Amino acid sequence: MRSQNIILAGVGGQGTILASKVLADVAMLEGYDVKISEIHGMAQRGGSVITHVKFAEKVNSPLIENGQADYIIAFELLEALRRLHFLKDDGEIIVNEQRIDPMTVITGKAEYPEGILQKLEEKSKLKSMAALDMAKELGNVRVVNIIMLGYLASKMDIKLENWHQAMRNQIKERFIDLNLKAFELGYNIK
Amino acid sequence: MKKLLTGNEAIALGAWEYGVRFATAYPGTPSTETLENVAQYKEITSQWAVNEKVAFEVAAGAAMAGARTLVAMKHVGVNVAADPLFTMSYIGSNGGFVLMSADDPGMHSSQNEQDNRRYAKFSKIPLLEPADSQEAKDMVGTALDISEEYDTPVMLRTTTRISHSKSLVEYGQRQERELKEYERDPTKNVMMPAYARPKHIVVEERIEKLKEYAENTELNFVDWNNKDIGVITSGITYQYVKEALPEVSVLKLGFSYPMPEKKIRDFASKVKKLYIVEELDPFIEETVKSWGIDCTGKEIFSMLGEYTPAMIKEAILGIKAEEKEAYSAAIRPPVLCPGCPHRGVFYVLKKIRANVTGDIGCYTLGALPPLESMHTTLCMGASIGTALGMEKANPDLAKETVAVIGDSTFMHSGLTGVVDMLYNKGTGTIMVLDNSITAMTGHQHNPTTGYTLGMEETHVVDIEAVVKAMGVKRVFSIDPFELKDLEKLLKEEMATRELSVIVVKRPCALIIKPDPVRTYVDHDVCIGCKACMRVGCPAITFEDKKSNINDALCVSCGVCQSVCPVGAIKREE
Repeated sequence: MRSQNIILAGVGGQGTILASKVLADVAMLEGYDVKISEIHGMAQRGGSVITHVKFAEKVNSPLIENGQADYIIAFELLEALRRLHFLKDDGEIIVNEQRIDPMTVITGKAEYPEGILQKLEEKSKLKSMAALDMAKELGNVRVVNIIMLGYLASKMDIKLENWHQAMRNQIKERFIDLNLKAFELGYNIK
Repeated sequence: MKKLLTGNEAIALGAWEYGVRFATAYPGTPSTETLENVAQYKEITSQWAVNEKVAFEVAAGAAMAGARTLVAMKHVGVNVAADPLFTMSYIGSNGGFVLMSADDPGMHSSQNEQDNRRYAKFSKIPLLEPADSQEAKDMVGTALDISEEYDTPVMLRTTTRISHSKSLVEYGQRQERELKEYERDPTKNVMMPAYARPKHIVVEERIEKLKEYAENTELNFVDWNNKDIGVITSGITYQYVKEALPEVSVLKLGFSYPMPEKKIRDFASKVKKLYIVEELDPFIEETVKSWGIDCTGKEIFSMLGEYTPAMIKEAILGIKAEEKEAYSAAIRPPVLCPGCPHRGVFYVLKKIRANVTGDIGCYTLGALPPLESMHTTLCMGASIGTALGMEKANPDLAKETVAVIGDSTFMHSGLTGVVDMLYNKGTGTIMVLDNSITAMTGHQHNPTTGYTLGMEETHVVDIEAVVKAMGVKRVFSIDPFELKDLEKLLKEEMATRELSVIVVKRPCALIIKPDPVRTYVDHDVCIGCKACMRVGCPAITFEDKKSNINDALCVSCGVCQSVCPVGAIKREE
């Protein structure tokens, strides 16, 4: 069994926790030991959010360390840059090309870095996508997380039916069709 | 069947499986989801309490009446519940009585990072520390058994990484427990000097018996490996040690108070060099050193924040992991949500340059830029007392000071502050931010919302009626988005030499549907004055000398529209 360490990074409210639940569920269906670590409470109010998902034959620490992530899924550009140091040398970072200004930038106390995609590409294997636009086309901006998860799924050696099952396990029934569509859209990105 | 559960979910499952009949809590990160998950089990009567002290007392009553009982709270909640805790230690339990304390090393969502293991020792009750979700579930059962066998409350202590990390848990069946017999026995349950003195003897004897238990329990076990290095640890740091140092021998204390002296001496004698690895305080280390055992702990480990495997490896083996440099990107602190009713309040407080004594909740974010209009925050309910103290120290401060407190926090511990202000002739201004929910911890109901934990309709405590009944004469209710009215009222009440209570009413933006009408900036009208930027809304950005509104975030609350001096912010017709 191949162990995997995956970081999901975003801004509070972007669906980071739901994506991590689906990811962990699918790992479990594949028979792995799984641990997730997430942060609730104050940080969720529009702050930086990070979730660690680890699966292997046996997982001890629920946290991924510096340079140990096989994949990073970042739902926002600045958050991608902020978490890049978690990525392994041969890891891949999957980024949603969305910019959300933090309050420090809005108030002029800090600058939003220019050329983030270029910076990421210099340092790592990068896949960037306009997931927000794709989600809008599907009619719901909230499915950005599942579109990106779909792309990740296309890279991983996990049965498609288990992904579908994991989504059914974790997503409310009335949203499942929309999310299956979003997943497929992401899965077929080349 | 195995499922992936957080520590909190696992503790709720444990409560169900091991026959808990009653559970209560006051919400507090990282403990909140424990009771929320208990609520799904119909065999357990569960309810939110108004605060942690009351939660503990209600739980104590349930345990005295013979029910297996769970009471859950965050670390600082135990401060509030400390009074009944210390004396319940003398009374004991009857039905199994478990106190879950969820600590927050790293202060992800807390005002301090106190180490509550000290409470177990201080109040002389046994302490269990799980290292993953399976242990969290299992330890609920063990804690209940210990509680009943030794007639004591038991503390089950988690940390954020236990409460909010998910790992696999084996499901079991519920073991139904009947109520134990309740006897009206004042010598057991009335703690006055004559009855408490003999109970203190019982407590000291109980600790001696529990020391024997600690020697024999499987919760304290050794993973023997290479004996050059031995590590004593507990809780989540056990996982970090296993990951960082798979070759060393480890004594894991799942039952960490009272500690097993013989087992620790034996372990220490068999390893060449002994380390103690524990986040926050040197709780294990102080005891081990007090026995004259040579060990290394806080000499090489921090008292601050959370640990990592890399940190442990470096401290013990001197091997520094190759670390990639992190970008020092612009930080993204938490903010009031778009449409948050608190935004209008802090905008006005900043405008009138009020001195604001604050409290605990989402509105504590009003202390951050650009609103920066909260000047003290101490603990739950402290806003009112702090304001009174400032007035007593310097009467001139009363005219510029406003105490700001949320609805749930007001119920928790604001009421007594109002009484104190009335009694001691305070003339301050209190603003209760009533957003119809306990928001920060994830939207729990409270006595002002009209619903119970189980979503049954219930009595609504009317904040205005309560303070009027106490004797406050100047009581007002206002919408925080009526900025001009709010400013006028605040100025009047701050100038008045009499206590005023202003109840600011508007539901949390996350519990109402956003206004479907789009709000936008008309760039032909916008003069780039940045007035709208000063409301601190994450949906507003500034580019090429004009403001912009991010449609994906905006909920059309209208606050920016009302502060724009030229009418550039418009609603789509």
